[in-house]
Amino acid sequence: MKKIAAALLALVLCLGCLTSLAAEPVAKENIKLGVILLHDEFSTYDLNFINGVNEAKEALGLSDEQVVIIRNIPESNECYETALDLVDEGCNIIFADSFGHESFLLQAAKEHPEVEFAHATGTTAHTENLPNFHNAFASIYEGRYLAGVAAGMKLNEIKEAGKLKGETPLMGYVGAFTYAEVMSGYTSFYLGAKSVCPDVQMKVQFTGSWYDEKEEKAAAEALIALGCDLISQHADSMGAPTACENAGIPNVSYNGSTLESCPNTFIVSSRINWAPYFEYMINQKMAGEAIDIDWTGTIATGSVVLTDVNEQAAAAGTAEAIEAVKAEFAAGTRHVFDTAAENFITVGGAPLTSYMADVDTDAAFTPDTEAVADGYFHESEYRSAPYFDVRIDGIELLNQMF
Amino acid sequence: MTANHTPQVREPLVHLSRRTEFSPLRAWGVRLAALVLGLIVCGLAAFLLIEKLQQNPGRIGDFYYAFIKGSFGTSRKLWKMLKNLSILLCIALALTPAFRMRFWNTGAEGQTLMGVLGAIAVDFYFGGKWPEALLIPVMLLAAIIFGGVWGLIPALFKARFNTNETLFTLMMNYVATFVVSYFLVIWVPSGSSSLAKLKYGKLPSVVNDYFLIILIALLLTIGLYIYLNYSKHGYEISVVGESVRTAQYVGISVPKVILRTMLLSGMLCGLTGFLIGSGLDQTITTESVGGQGFTAIMVAWMGNFNPLMMILTSGLIQILNQGAAQISQDFNVSGALPDVIVGIMLFFVIGCEFFINYQLHFRRAQSKEAVR
Repeated sequence: MKKIAAALLALVLCLGCLTSLAAEPVAKENIKLGVILLHDEFSTYDLNFINGVNEAKEALGLSDEQVVIIRNIPESNECYETALDLVDEGCNIIFADSFGHESFLLQAAKEHPEVEFAHATGTTAHTENLPNFHNAFASIYEGRYLAGVAAGMKLNEIKEAGKLKGETPLMGYVGAFTYAEVMSGYTSFYLGAKSVCPDVQMKVQFTGSWYDEKEEKAAAEALIALGCDLISQHADSMGAPTACENAGIPNVSYNGSTLESCPNTFIVSSRINWAPYFEYMINQKMAGEAIDIDWTGTIATGSVVLTDVNEQAAAAGTAEAIEAVKAEFAAGTRHVFDTAAENFITVGGAPLTSYMADVDTDAAFTPDTEAVADGYFHESEYRSAPYFDVRIDGIELLNQMF
Repeated sequence: MTANHTPQVREPLVHLSRRTEFSPLRAWGVRLAALVLGLIVCGLAAFLLIEKLQQNPGRIGDFYYAFIKGSFGTSRKLWKMLKNLSILLCIALALTPAFRMRFWNTGAEGQTLMGVLGAIAVDFYFGGKWPEALLIPVMLLAAIIFGGVWGLIPALFKARFNTNETLFTLMMNYVATFVVSYFLVIWVPSGSSSLAKLKYGKLPSVVNDYFLIILIALLLTIGLYIYLNYSKHGYEISVVGESVRTAQYVGISVPKVILRTMLLSGMLCGLTGFLIGSGLDQTITTESVGGQGFTAIMVAWMGNFNPLMMILTSGLIQILNQGAAQISQDFNVSGALPDVIVGIMLFFVIGCEFFINYQLHFRRAQSKEAVR
């Protein structure tokens, strides 16, 4: 009797597995998206996700009940508990927005193969290779580069007017951590500027926090005092833009427009739009198709976007120049990390011809993948999350923060 | 308070006197009334703050139901509430011996975090190399030592130099945070400072992942109740708390009691750190304790430093927390709303203790009494 029961149970389990593996189309009214956020709308980072979710919800015509947003979930077991709560609520796609959520979301994904789990900025989905666990990011380095072009043109304008603070143009950058995502960001920004203003230099000051308005403001002020002609930042508060507006120094922003608070100094801002990813996941689910294990949003998918250029602060012709570079990206004739161009990317005076990047995360963080090929560094191609962490000439790190 | 009650002196509108007789039944009546009043004010605040409620006032039922749903909606939520209650209770229990001694230990956050660090450090270096049956006890031991040392340092200064323990223990919280940051930089060379969940060193699952934690909290509550009320140590703690001079007079070595009690306090925080590190997270961030070390101070005070009462106060706070989070989820409102709701409720719950302990005398009533 026991044996028969066991056999039956095994059969039921197998059938259960089979039905979950063969992806069935899900009707639109049965879609339910659960979103786990590290903070809430007071952080520009999380706000960007909330806006993305709402945009996707509207575009696809989902009802309020079909989207559940859970705020203020720390990077701990609570993320796992919350994910399981969302499974109980009947969510079939569960998304978490913070880097440290990843291993806890993965644990939930292993226990619930019938539910899709997606994670922004994560690095392990491509090595875990579970059909229901996904990473996503965007080629934001392209957006940074475009913003850098706007910065470079502004510097040229200041230079021609003879108003440079030093002999050569100098930019300041407020970064959160000395981490690949930030390093990839400031390097692409610098290269964008350098592409139009070849003698530009940059100083980077790290704050050691993703959100610390006071620190970010102080860092920006310190950079201005060091003689920077223009400031940009990769941190989530209004600290740096405010410092720039107060000092009348042009600012290239991030995560969205700061035009309203900084009408005289805001030039342009790049950001990741997450709506295309949410729409993509839901559409795949409705079509019964698999969701990519590792998905990189691009300018073409609408994931990397720039705000309108503020004509009052930007150099003349900035918007047109950005469009021209964008077209070159689309055509494949220009690459952000162009290692073939003369005097563009150098390390210790020598051109960058080879670099082993840490793409597959392991406990020792060993570099494992050659990223330089065909004359450029292949960022976000082997996995969605950035892995460019080369320290190139022209950029001086004033401190380091891990 | 020796006010001169002669008619020439203008009397204050209200004055206070300590209640001498107040039956426990009436006291509980006042507490219940405060809870109900708090819920009503929460409802009013919700109307002001939640647009969806303004558009559809009928959903006020959902609003109150969320308090129940948050902790009792599914069996998973119930277990989670019991587990959260247990962790918070353990930290509050750890504080209690020190508090009974009037040693204001505000460092439970840091002592617990150091406990997590001790457990995770052992896990990080020896996980997978040692069998789990050895690894987990060593993690426990390391957690207790780390927490104990972190509690002992301010006690040493207090016993030796009579430093202010409130400021000292508070400062140690920040030091603990930076010690954890320091190790995260070493352990995670990529620079993200985010240590992925470790594969080893998980407290075994008995019944479910939470049962063992709940059981330990229960045993700790009973154990501490007995220790404080029926042991010589417990008596010494009470005497030192009542009066240091009395303690010296009857021959109790005050520095010894301070050191011993703070060591115990820190070790119990360390034990809780082990429950968080090994029982739940298997990783560490600077936020691993998440402010519970401070909430526990409130739990201990509200529970009158009585371990059995603290089960109730800890439960109340967890039910409020989970209910408020449920409201934020159901109404899709900002993460600040739960804080507002919990704040209002605690205002009433704590505030009512004032009216239980003191009586208000208004001027007119007072003058009548004077005539009499």
